[in-house]
Parts: sequence; structure tokens; C-alpha cells
Amino acid sequence: MISFIIRRLGIMALTMLCLTLVVFFLVNLEPNLRKLSISQTNMRATDAQIESWLVKNGYRDNFFVRYGQWLGVMQKQPAIDPETGEATPRFRFCDEPAEARFSGVIQGDFGCSTRFKVPVAERLVPALQATGWLMFYVMLVMVPGALLVGIFAGMREGSRTDRSLSVASIASTATPEYVSGVIFTVIFASWLGILNGSAATATREGITFTNFTLPVMTMAIYGMGYIARMTRASMAEVMTAQYIRTARLKGLTFSSVVIKHALRNALIAPFTVIMLQFPWLLTGVVIVEAMFRYQGFGFTLVEAASNNDIDLLLACALVSVVVVLVTQLLSDVGYAFLNPRIRVS
Amino acid sequence: METLSTFEIVIQILVRFWPVWAAMIIVGTLSYMYRDRLGLYGQLYDGGVGIAGLAFIGFWLFSALFAPIIAPFDPIGVVPILKNAVPGTIDPESGQAFLLGGDKLARDVFSRMVFGSQIVLIIAPAATAFALMVGITLGLPAGYYGGQVDNVLSFIANLVLAFPVILLFYLLVTPGITETPIPYTLAGLFFIFPVIFFVTLFYTRYQARPQFMWPAIAVTVVLGSWVWISLVSNDFIVQTLRNNGLGFVGAFFDLPVFKIISIEPGQLNIFVAVVFASSPGVFRITRGLVMDIKTRDYVAAAQTRGESPWYIMLWEVLPNARGPLIVDACLRIGYTTILLGTLGYFGLGMPPESPDWGTAIKDGSQLLRLYVWPALVPAVALMSFVLGLNLLADALREESLKD
Repeated sequence: MISFIIRRLGIMALTMLCLTLVVFFLVNLEPNLRKLSISQTNMRATDAQIESWLVKNGYRDNFFVRYGQWLGVMQKQPAIDPETGEATPRFRFCDEPAEARFSGVIQGDFGCSTRFKVPVAERLVPALQATGWLMFYVMLVMVPGALLVGIFAGMREGSRTDRSLSVASIASTATPEYVSGVIFTVIFASWLGILNGSAATATREGITFTNFTLPVMTMAIYGMGYIARMTRASMAEVMTAQYIRTARLKGLTFSSVVIKHALRNALIAPFTVIMLQFPWLLTGVVIVEAMFRYQGFGFTLVEAASNNDIDLLLACALVSVVVVLVTQLLSDVGYAFLNPRIRVS
Repeated sequence: METLSTFEIVIQILVRFWPVWAAMIIVGTLSYMYRDRLGLYGQLYDGGVGIAGLAFIGFWLFSALFAPIIAPFDPIGVVPILKNAVPGTIDPESGQAFLLGGDKLARDVFSRMVFGSQIVLIIAPAATAFALMVGITLGLPAGYYGGQVDNVLSFIANLVLAFPVILLFYLLVTPGITETPIPYTLAGLFFIFPVIFFVTLFYTRYQARPQFMWPAIAVTVVLGSWVWISLVSNDFIVQTLRNNGLGFVGAFFDLPVFKIISIEPGQLNIFVAVVFASSPGVFRITRGLVMDIKTRDYVAAAQTRGESPWYIMLWEVLPNARGPLIVDACLRIGYTTILLGTLGYFGLGMPPESPDWGTAIKDGSQLLRLYVWPALVPAVALMSFVLGLNLLADALREESLKD
């Protein structure tokens, strides 16, 4: 088990290295650098001005050197003013080093956001906290709801309850966030007027029922159907097992068979699925936060990507890749832990 | 301005869709009558879920086909006085009504919905087909050989899967990227897979009969390279090739023969991004299926006969993996539709006036609190199409479990 986890951690590190390199390459494409330079200087900058800005701020250095600097295995060099020969920080708004030093992701320095004009960490930490709350409430609604639907549907396979719940689950998997968001806003905000159509106030004044219900509901619906269907399949399979028949024949009531014998075994498979839902939720977070104007991780990612804010975008990519990989690892380890028949070699 | 009542709107919409109803009734009746002879497709008519799924898909399929007949207005045409008009408002000039209202740029929401189905129904199945080709061609050897081949391919697939889809789209579909060779390189890479697949397919099958094999391979290569060059080449690529001293290749790519079918750089970019995002999923499923199937007796029999590995993969393993792959393809078209909608919702790739559903939802949701219909109509359209595909996939899965 320990060696399995160590090997997985090694692969994770390699994956992270590869992916950040790809992201680094894509954000440093020529059109993207020009876009950044134009937004940082002014709209009517000439080609020569753009070029000199890029050279001055080190964007024209060797690609791998810059990646190493971002990573923290190469020294970050201060920008030297060609006229005075003095070391000046690249961006006024960040506390950048005036002498060469190792200051990359490994050292905990995520760089400088050119869009928000603050160090990346200062922007990203509150955003992650905000999204953490959103995720927490989504999980709180989605997981128990999906498990209940799945258990009720799978308990008596082929019954009327099963069929109607199954169709409902299928319908929910066919409703992406931008569709359910629109429909829910129309119903609950425009027609009934009981909920806020925007979660912008949640950032400033705190989370309340009226401003947070719509984003949570919108996100929960899309993932719910999938987990419910997995739970149903797992439950239906367990209900046909020999030991369930034995328990029934012993004269136990249906409810106690379901609760004491079937549930524990039926919930192993959905656990994996729930864990693997996190990467999907990341996309959902981006859509929902853009739709309901909630300033969290997704909102930050969209801002970073549309302004080609290199350091912020790299940090966002790193966070999301870590989330994906850690949940994959947890789902594998957890599955082996819950299911004694699986032995990890 | 005159408006129609709700009842009149419903009736007019139903009448507007008459070619769709006619086609659905004809196709549905014929299929139902001959369902015993139609194999898997016919079996779908046995259950309510299958019929419901087919009905949704048929509706949108025929809507896309007959869009110019159904839609009363031009999808990007503007009738200035009908800006944000309520559903049923009559355009005084043409006498036609904006059946589902007007959007913020005074275009007919109903016509845009109908024309939007064309974009979705072309790109989503085509992208899924390419993703299937890529995933299957790589998944077969990974599952069959195992070992290092599997390790390398699985690592790459997991790499792509670890990318959050939305981040991938933001990086791959930014407007600037069409000025770089990246989308064309990726397109060139993905579009070569069908050619490889079919050449291997014919090569392994007709090896004993060269009189079949060589014509089949020749046709595949010629047709494949024609389509490949047509899709990949455009002015930008020709120019880049010329600048890099490959003028003769550029001149060849520039031949009018390759202009018959072409694809906009923006659309190509979307296409590539969607294929890129969904082929690792196909790869994983194929690999899993192959690993299971290769332990069967008929595979061992073929191995003992001395068949080549690729013959076994393509003619013994793949046909036996078709059930789950068909179900997955169905679900994947739905998922691709959702991805296309996501791209449209974030304004990536599609031109801003495009009538596709994602872009329409984005435009409509800005004024959602005041005017609900510009966003609600495409949202319901997208949902019903994906719902149809999911229902169909469910029915197909039930059918394959029966055997």
C-alpha cells in the first residue's frame, strides 16, 4: 500500500510537471504575449514599444529558463534599467526581488498577477476560500440527495419508482449548468421572486439562503443524476446477491435488509464516482461563478485566461490539476480501503 | 404592435414544424413496421424510453435538415423595431410573427433556435466520430499489448484527462491561437487517424485477396488525403509553408481541388479542442474493453491460427466491443453538445453573431431578469437534444443487457 501511494505520488509529480509545462507554453505564445503587452502598456503601442516592454520584463528570455524561474529551480533575475543600470522590480504592485534569488512555486512564490495588480497568492487564497464554501454546500446537497434517489430507485429494480427516478436522473445529466442556471433563475428569481438571481452579494455581505441557493442548486443538479445512476446500478446489483436473499428468507423486514445489509455494500462504488466528480465540478464552478457573478476560483480563472495573466493562470492550472490528481488518488485508495476484496499490489 | 395569443403561438409553431412532423411520422411508421428486420435500431422501438429518445433526436435532426423551410426569418437578420419583443409580436413589414420573441439585437429567437440546431448537429456528431477514431485506434494496441505501449499511451491520456476541460478550452480556443500553427498541427494529427484506421482495417482483412485490398487502400488514401488537406489547409497554412521554404507544398495545398470542402479556422479550432478533450475518454473505455475481451477463447483461437495482432484487434476484438462503444458514442455526442454549449457560453471560438445554442444562451442570460425568452428557448432546445441522446443511450444499454 505504501509503495503504491509513493509510486502514485511520483506519477502525480510528473503529470504536474508536464501539464504546467504545456500551460506555460500555451500562455507564452506570441499572440498571447502581445495581448498581455498591449494591455499592460497602452492600446496604441507600436510594435517597437511592445517588443521593448517584453524584453525589459524578461518575456524574451529563454523559454526553459523562464519555466525554471517560475518553478523555482532557476534564479529570478531583477530587471535592469538600461539607462541607469539599477535593478528595478518588474511590476510596481508586487514585491519583486531586486537581486537574483530562487523564488518560484517550490519556494511558495506564485508570482505576480498582471490583471489584478497584486501577488497571485493574495488573490487566489480568498477566491479558493469562496469556492470552498460553494463546493461544501454543493456536496452537502448533491451527495445525500443523489444517494437517496439512487437507493430508492435501485431498491426495487424495475418498479414504477425506479423508472420515474431513473428518467429524472437521466434528465438531470442532460442539464448542464448554463441550462439549469437559466431555467432556475427564470422560475425562482423572475417569476416567483423568492431568490436572488445573483450571488454577488455573497462575496461582500456573506452567504445567505436567498443569494446562495440558486448557484448551489444549479451546480448540484448536473452531477446528481450521474451519482444517482451509479448508486442505483450498484444497489440493484447488491439486491440480487445471495446474502440479501438469505437475509430476506430469515424473515427480516425489507427495510432492515436494505439498511443493515445492502447499503454498506452498495455505497462502495458511488464513493469512487463522488470523488471523481470533483474535476467535473471545477468546470461547473467556472460556469456558475460566471453566471451568478460570485467571486471565487472560477471567476478568477476566467479573468486570468481572458487577460492572459500568465502567473495567475499558471497558479489556477496548478490548483485544478492538484485537485484532479488528489481526488483520483483518494478514490483509488479509498476504494481499496472500503472494499476488502481489492488488494493493491 | 399586434401580438398573438399564447394559443395562436403554439398553433403557429406546430404548423411551422410541419416538415419535421411529416418526416418523423414517415420514418417512424416505416421503422416501426419493419422493426424486426432492422436489428439494433429496430429493437429500440420495443420500449418507451427508446421511442422517446428517438423522437427527440429525430425532431432536431429533421429541424436541422429543413431549417430554411421552418424558420420564417434570417437567423442573423435584424428587425430593429422588434428588439426584445415579447413572443408572438407581429412584424408589420412581413406580417410574420416573432413566435418566440426577439433578442437584444432584434433577431428572431425561434429562427435562431432552428438554425442553431444545424451547427450543433454537424459539429457534435462529427467531433465524436473523430474522437472515437482516435480513441479506438490508440486504445486497441494499449489494451491488447499492455506493457510499455499501454504505460505511455495511458500516461498521455491521463495527462489530458487531468486538465480541467474549461482551462483547456480557454488555452486552446483563444482568438490569438489561430495565428499559430498549433490548431492546424493538432487537426493534422487527429484527421490522420481515420485514414490509418481504415487502411489497417482493409490491409488486415483482405491480405489474402490483393485484388480487393489494393483498390480499397488506394481509395481510402486518396479520399482521406483529399479530405485531410482540404480541412487542414487554408491561407494561413499556405503562407506559413511558403515562408518556411516549402513553397511547392504550399502551392499544392493551394490547388482549387482542396477548396471544395473547407472549414473556418475558428470552427476548426473548436472541433480540434472538442476532439482533444473527448478522445482520452474513448481511449480509456476501449482499452478496458480490450483487456477484458482479449482473454476470451475466440481470441486465443485466432492467435493459435496465427492471425496478426492487428487482425485480431480489428476483426475479433472490436466487433465484440461494439455494444458498449455504441452506448458510449451516444452519451458522448450529448456530452460534446454540452461542451459546444460551454464554448459558446464563454464566447470562445464561435463568431459572436452565431445562432448556436451556447452563444444564444450567453447573449440572453445578460438580460435574463428582464426578458426571459432569448435565453430560455435555446436552453430548453439544448436540454431536449441531450436528453434524447441520453434516453437513447439508456435504451441501447438495456437492449445490449438483454442478450
